[in-house]
Amino acid sequence: MTRDTLSIAIRFIFLLLLQVLVLNNINFFGYINPNLYILFVFLYPLEQKRTNFLIVAFLLGLCVDFFSNSGGINAAATLFIAYIRLYVLKLVLNKFDIDYKLFKLTSEQSIKIFIYIATLTFAHHFILFYLDYFSFKNLSLVLYKSFTTSIFTIILSILSLVLITKKKTV
Amino acid sequence: MQHIAYFIQKYKYFLLFILLEVFAFLLTVQSRSYHKSQFINSANAITGGFFETSNSFFEYTTLKKENLRLAEENTLLRNQLASIPEQIHTIPLDSTLQTNEFITAKVISNNFKKRNNVLTIDKGTNDGLSIDMGVITSHGIIGVINNISSNYATVLSILNSKSKINVKLKRSHYFGTLDWNGKNYRYSQLQDIQRQAPIQIGDTIVSGGKSILFPEGILIGRISDFKINNKNYENIEVELFTDMSNLGYVHVIKNNDKEEIEKLENQND
Repeated sequence: MTRDTLSIAIRFIFLLLLQVLVLNNINFFGYINPNLYILFVFLYPLEQKRTNFLIVAFLLGLCVDFFSNSGGINAAATLFIAYIRLYVLKLVLNKFDIDYKLFKLTSEQSIKIFIYIATLTFAHHFILFYLDYFSFKNLSLVLYKSFTTSIFTIILSILSLVLITKKKTV
Repeated sequence: MQHIAYFIQKYKYFLLFILLEVFAFLLTVQSRSYHKSQFINSANAITGGFFETSNSFFEYTTLKKENLRLAEENTLLRNQLASIPEQIHTIPLDSTLQTNEFITAKVISNNFKKRNNVLTIDKGTNDGLSIDMGVITSHGIIGVINNISSNYATVLSILNSKSKINVKLKRSHYFGTLDWNGKNYRYSQLQDIQRQAPIQIGDTIVSGGKSILFPEGILIGRISDFKINNKNYENIEVELFTDMSNLGYVHVIKNNDKEEIEKLENQND
């Protein structure tokens, strides 16, 4: 348990710094900045008690907000996907009860992993950009931005997942 | 009572979720209001320190451009100096007569691609900065300081829905407001301009001087496109002179008459 906690803490700090110091300055095609920090939410171990998970996800978003001066938009979006994660997972894997202890994301089918990541990423980005623009007038712009940015976040997330799994099998 | 306890027990994750979500939402709304200082901001020792360290690594990549800009500014200032008649040098200068003082600061964090952009600079109250000071470069206006700590400050960029800058046409002195629509960071939009104001594509827009934040006549941009509908101007696009994606050193304007002006204005209320 302590080893898990330590690895979660390291992942938290690493992803936060990677996001605010590197990824927030990429500006691919002028405006695309992948939000890889939500990989934290994808990888967080499944637990029966979700209180810690919700609070930690909220804090991660809040820390990103601290660095990017954006009020609470990252916190709100990250908390939302943290909350819906379990339901999305149940839906995608088509299971009603998941063995919480033994569950490992990387051992699932790759298409299912992809759908799981894509759904959560798009939900996160939509809330993020929607709260940023804060009006229905710009809905098409919000959808366009969330879609394009999602593509890059998804690609980066899957690449990172591949890297993580490779390391463990060697 | 038991029912309530049961309810809370059953929906505790949902309740926690709603509670935190409302909190995040409040922070977002609060950050939208101009006059309240933001609770979540990067003008603190921890985030400022991180940005400063990371900036010290990447600074070298923009040195060449920064040098060129400084050289251009030097030439401009030298030309202005040369056009001042010789006898002016004999007039004794009194530093208390100087209205605007400039303080140099470095941009250590810049997000120009968001809807609401805020910059972080590496000077704070220790260097004589305070909230509501204007920030410019040699190319034009950057924004206004909205949060401050002892060593860092955040600047509400002109690329922010909260920031409304009073501007005027350089040619004809008609006033308007600059308000960014959030689409392209090279272009901002001019609003509330009088219908009788003669405008053309290519007209220069400068700061209005109605606010005490910026002295009159600081460059902002030029009109690149506009439409006329019902004798009213619509969608006036202003191409900004400053490239907001590439900011190095900036000047903070300290208005020495600010207190006096504010005191006078408050007497009228």
